[in-house]
Amino acid sequence: MSTPASTIFWEKPLVTDVSTNSRQHVADTVSNAMATPEKEQPYGALGLKPDEYAKIREILGRRPTSGELAMYSVMWSEHCSYKSSKNYLRQFGKKVSENMTKNLMVGMGENAGVIDVGEGWAVTFKIESHNHPSYIEPFQGAATGVGGIVRDIISMGARPVAVMDALRFGAIDNPDTARVAKGVVSGISFYGNCLGLPNIGGETYFDSVYQANPLVNALAVGVLRHEDLHLANARGVGNKVVLFGARTGGDGIGGASILASDSFSEGGPTKRPAVQVGDPFAEKVLIECCLELFQGDLVEGIQDLGAAGISCATSELASNGDGGMFIELEKVLLRDPTLTAEEILMSESQERMMAIVKPEKLEGFLKVVEKWDVETSVLGEVTDTGRLIINWHDEEIVNVEPRTVAIDGPVYDRPVAYPKWIDKLQADSASGLARPKDGTELRDQMLQLLASPNLADKSWITDQYDRYVLGNTALSFPDDAGMVRIDEESGLGFSVATDANGRFCQLDPYAGAQLALAEAFRNVAATGANPVAVSDCLNFGSPENPEVMWQFSKAVEGLADACLEMEIPVTGGNVSFYNQTGDVPIHPTPVVAVLGLIRDVAERIPSGWQDEGNNIYLLGTTALELDGSAWAGTIHDHLGGLPPKVDLAAERRLADLIKAGNEQNIIASAHDLADGGLAQTLAESVMRFGVGARVWLGELLERDDIDAATALFSESTGRMVVSIPREDDVKFRGLCEGRGYPAVRIGVTDAASPALEIQDQFTLTLEELLTAHRGTLAEAFGA
Amino acid sequence: MRVGVITFPGSLDDRDAQRAVKLGGGEPVALWHGDHDLKNVDAIVLPGGFSYGDYLRAGAIAAHSPIMSEVITAANAGMPVLGICNGFQILVESHLLPGGLVRNDHGDFVCRDQKLRVENVDTAWSNGFKEDEEIIIPLKNGEGGYIADQETLDRLEGEGQVVFRYLEVNPNGSANDIAGISNARGNVVGLMPHPEHATEPGFGPDTRAAMRSGTDGLTFFTSAISSLMANA
Repeated sequence: MSTPASTIFWEKPLVTDVSTNSRQHVADTVSNAMATPEKEQPYGALGLKPDEYAKIREILGRRPTSGELAMYSVMWSEHCSYKSSKNYLRQFGKKVSENMTKNLMVGMGENAGVIDVGEGWAVTFKIESHNHPSYIEPFQGAATGVGGIVRDIISMGARPVAVMDALRFGAIDNPDTARVAKGVVSGISFYGNCLGLPNIGGETYFDSVYQANPLVNALAVGVLRHEDLHLANARGVGNKVVLFGARTGGDGIGGASILASDSFSEGGPTKRPAVQVGDPFAEKVLIECCLELFQGDLVEGIQDLGAAGISCATSELASNGDGGMFIELEKVLLRDPTLTAEEILMSESQERMMAIVKPEKLEGFLKVVEKWDVETSVLGEVTDTGRLIINWHDEEIVNVEPRTVAIDGPVYDRPVAYPKWIDKLQADSASGLARPKDGTELRDQMLQLLASPNLADKSWITDQYDRYVLGNTALSFPDDAGMVRIDEESGLGFSVATDANGRFCQLDPYAGAQLALAEAFRNVAATGANPVAVSDCLNFGSPENPEVMWQFSKAVEGLADACLEMEIPVTGGNVSFYNQTGDVPIHPTPVVAVLGLIRDVAERIPSGWQDEGNNIYLLGTTALELDGSAWAGTIHDHLGGLPPKVDLAAERRLADLIKAGNEQNIIASAHDLADGGLAQTLAESVMRFGVGARVWLGELLERDDIDAATALFSESTGRMVVSIPREDDVKFRGLCEGRGYPAVRIGVTDAASPALEIQDQFTLTLEELLTAHRGTLAEAFGA
Repeated sequence: MRVGVITFPGSLDDRDAQRAVKLGGGEPVALWHGDHDLKNVDAIVLPGGFSYGDYLRAGAIAAHSPIMSEVITAANAGMPVLGICNGFQILVESHLLPGGLVRNDHGDFVCRDQKLRVENVDTAWSNGFKEDEEIIIPLKNGEGGYIADQETLDRLEGEGQVVFRYLEVNPNGSANDIAGISNARGNVVGLMPHPEHATEPGFGPDTRAAMRSGTDGLTFFTSAISSLMANA
């Protein structure tokens, strides 16, 4: 399939001039469909397979109208129906313990999961992909990615309070990377800043596997009082179905089916007409308007319009409610009057919401939307017919059972095959690569790593985001996780981090997904927060490739098993397939977001050193685990072997240790170890506030029987660097011994001399660290 | 003292300004762009954001909203008025302050902890600072480049109407490193950086003493509130 749907599909039988008003466009009616059963329909161009089309005919007992075909095609697309992933995603619902669900107010399946965080507050959060649009049109693709996830959060009845992004771009020196990265970052900046949402963190990686398939995963967090919780369902016969927000235009038509469910073929026509265009001002007004509607108790159910637009909102609301709905489609307010009924059904115009409103509350509803100058039209009402009926100028163009569109779509058990290449890849360990022998080589390689695109300072990106707005940001980049205050009186807050190491996942997707969870969990724990929930965005290649399906199945299994062991539920997320160009899929990239809670954000733990003479401890043990590491990639351009050993029980014990230490107020700083190992963590701890340290490795090398290069660059898990005031040293040692967690004192902070001295090896001044760390992105993308 | 904070469609830092008023010892009063009612406030803050999506020009549409005719009358009668970021743009578009604000010279939105020098401590919003005091408050804008014709710049400099000047880094290409200015009378002040985001320990810029402990912005609000109280 190669041509955008809007240009090939919608015949306009009685229209001679395309510029005439849509009133003259006659849509394919149900009676027409019954009268012309043999009419050929372009289901293939809409992304439907012959057996799927046959199934639609079977469900309806006739051929679908072109409007029905539009709805089924978008709702049965991979992006909306999860047809290839559904069978696997069920594990997240099955592998749960009572402990995991006790605070869950809304689990998977709704717009976003909701967690009871105490004091009458709840938090909702979700991460979602906007990958394909962001390659075609980076600025708008990324901007509308932010807009979409924020509307999911509003739909739950919550006020959005923070956003963050997990980004993957191609190699930094490829000429196309600057186009994509600059566009994506300015799109996020434009939309998020204009919405007034602080951007509190995220991650950015560069790797040639993402060259023509950047990943733009946007996360949003919202907070709400328990009583404000809203769900997407259409209940109460006679209740009005109201569409409000921006007008409907021709943007994003077929986005769901054409873009998100098809790989890019090199040299094929561009698909720009199917990318949506965003207006953050309209969304900001919509947020305030929705919150006032919720406050006035004027809305029964609500759903945002994202992928598949009105097709999705009407069929999902009806399926989740009383089952019937009647809509008069010509009442939709249009930006472009030439749109056909089918195009209106498929349009993915941004900044729109659909609400279910009791007739007696309609006046109050309209008063609020008018105050905010938000355009509104009443499209129809909830019925008890069990059918979703859509009319176009008094003629029936859709008459379906809504569940068949929204819920009971096709489910595939795609073929799975163990990758032919993986044994060879796993046998190619990095342990045999030449490691630096002396201080000079160690120093040189540490600087190379600090300056490497994936470990370099990201402030070229993050300085374009507002991190202050709303006045509740307690932590943001470059700290381990973002943290936001929920309640101004009590100080109750949440912390959130996202992680995924695609290199580890390529080596072993089961372990790789678990490592992503472990790292996000550790990042949240390092801030002093208690991890409570997970949202995931699973980015993979084509599900029609059995080896990709194997990677996907292993990653989901690994993540579900790990969540069960760590007793932390997946509350929602998103799957993005077809991330490949030609036959080459991206590395499996299951981005895991972990949400944690802290009873008072004043108790948060800084990531860097601030004080003189604090003892520096390395928690956990270090083994020769350089496979898949940043060191192997940067120094030797090597990827092979097996990722670091996963020890989820140790991660939990480490988190508990930090929590206990923080409760006694004896931890001055904590910073997790991940990409780049101890070297990177030490450097970041110095650079955060400009306080230096003297570090000795002797005891560590002896205890763990490793060489200095391994100590500095290995990426063994379950590790953090903490700094402890001298007066609390005995207490802290006691805490570690009592809990049996390995701790070794490796140094002392030195405020007087802003440098990192690794004794008997080398010294790097703050200036040298900063110069190496800060130049890379600015040089690649311009100041 | 009652300090009004106006909410326009697209205002973003309005609740933050209200919080800052409270931390400064005043009573925040929410004002609505579509009203003509100033609700008996003693001072007014125009907060940051993207009023009307910055359509046309930043601040241009908001300058013509109903409440602004009341603000202009009150300002001309001597009421303290502070415009922050988009509020500064609105004050300029309303001709309460001279000059204009254009796209940052480097083209990108920028968010940073910005060092400023306070050069005039006789205005309603800066009288609590010491002469030439150096402060750090957050800056976040896309269209923060201050411009004016040479005659206006000369007058601003000559009359001491440059209240805040960027130090170390000029983040947006502003003429003469100007961060904020006042009217001749000193009751109307506008600046691009955000004092309301440096008023509460734990949520402001980093300082040498501790992470996010910077509260240099609080003096803006205590300046206005305490002098109003002294004159009450």
